[in-house]
Amino acid sequence: MFSFRVGSRFCERALISLDSWGTDIDNTKFELLEKNMPYSASDLRKGLKIEVNGQPYVITEFSFMKPGKGAAIYNCRIKHMVTGETQVKSYRSNDVIDKPELDERKAAFSYAEDDRYIFTDENYEEIAVPSQVLGDKRFFLSDNIECEILLHKGRPIDVTLPVFVVKEIVETEPGARGNTATNVTKPAKIEGGYELQVPLFVSQGDKVKIDTRTGAFVERVLK
Amino acid sequence: MNRIRAVLEMRACIRGAIRAFFDERGYLEVETPVRISPPALERYIDAEFSGDAWLRTSPEFHMKRLLAEGISRLYQIGPCFRRGERGDFHRTEFTMLEWYRVGADYRELLRETRELLGGVIRAATGSGGFDSAWGRVVVEGEWLEWSVAEVFSRWAGWDPVAEWDEERFERDLLFRVEPRLPRERPCVLIGYPAAAAGLARRSKEDPRLAERWELYLGGIELVNACSELTDVEEQRQRFAEWAEGRRREGRPVYSLDEGYLRALEKGLPACAGAAMGVDRLVMLLCGARTLAEVIPFPAEGEV
Repeated sequence: MFSFRVGSRFCERALISLDSWGTDIDNTKFELLEKNMPYSASDLRKGLKIEVNGQPYVITEFSFMKPGKGAAIYNCRIKHMVTGETQVKSYRSNDVIDKPELDERKAAFSYAEDDRYIFTDENYEEIAVPSQVLGDKRFFLSDNIECEILLHKGRPIDVTLPVFVVKEIVETEPGARGNTATNVTKPAKIEGGYELQVPLFVSQGDKVKIDTRTGAFVERVLK
Repeated sequence: MNRIRAVLEMRACIRGAIRAFFDERGYLEVETPVRISPPALERYIDAEFSGDAWLRTSPEFHMKRLLAEGISRLYQIGPCFRRGERGDFHRTEFTMLEWYRVGADYRELLRETRELLGGVIRAATGSGGFDSAWGRVVVEGEWLEWSVAEVFSRWAGWDPVAEWDEERFERDLLFRVEPRLPRERPCVLIGYPAAAAGLARRSKEDPRLAERWELYLGGIELVNACSELTDVEEQRQRFAEWAEGRRREGRPVYSLDEGYLRALEKGLPACAGAAMGVDRLVMLLCGARTLAEVIPFPAEGEV
């Protein structure tokens, strides 16, 4: 009997039936099977990326429900990976859920053009990312910064920057020198016009570390 | 560590009170195999593998075989396993109380369940109620009893006893009926459509109904009980329907439990049985919101 412990439950089912035909399965074939298989309802969990009507979604809330003696219902709140639109979907045990065709590529930022940001991947292919996909992250780009671009069917849907970037403050009210408190803040702008809250001791011309996941100030970088 | 200690003390107290209740009433405490082959064939319950066998999803068939052997009152508290059931109120491994009694019907077991829960809750909290995470629940006093037809007509706008639609029934039960059940006192749904009988016998007065009820405590489904199906032919027919449904959906189809069928052929006396989720009761009495909060090492079983 083939091992029942590997892979997703859906694949196990496929394997069991293949096995009962006496087919010899090696691991390569198994991986191929897994890659192209849609999800079964029992694979669903928080954080899983799925495809609904051809659109990429991520599951943000998940609950398993089961009436006594009845079939399980997998209740999900899903969020569109580009627009952020949310909806509630519920699936029954025998439903199949499409797996989004996702591809993650390392690419370096090259230049901006109109409303698009051009990156170059390891094969020197250009990937154009619309500014809507980048959101505020566009302010944290710099020449040749290494990013990970998530593509859905070849279309960029998310860009992951290094967690921290260093940017210069180009505009802020003069702060109280010597005030080292970090809980009192004031607005400050970096190049491009992105505004964030910084402690009072930060002045124009200072370099600060920013968390690209939240867009928030982390610390002042000593000159 | 104090929190887990309090939870384990509550669990031990509940188990002790359950055992005292049944021991006093002449029930024999039994243990039946946990690792079995084949597992119980049910329409929507999948068993976990255990080497070349399976882990039981319920001790039901073995306990009924003991009834057929002449033990007329028996109970068991022990682990059961259900593949893929993971949620706030579901665990792949959980503790179940099951009890069976020859000569009783589902109504009689409802009276007994009232006494059981009254006794257990008094032993655990010193009062006739408890504070769940969703508010106070009073157990000594009125229990609400509603028919399935009644609650569906009121909240879902149709009667599943008159016209059966399985998928609609289950969705409406979860999304329209259960959320509206009052949490402050025990609530019993009774008169299930025969199509949702499980292992219950059909009602003699109204063959469209099964003699089955479910108790909701604090809004959580806690006890399922029925007058047991003892007719071997009807049992074979239900097994065949479930096997066909499972085959259609690509679920594993377990072979028939011949030991159980032989016991039915030999003659299972008229009896009733009930099953209660012990972890859920612990959760309710501890004021917890999930089963994981009342289980030691909750992450380790869920691989």
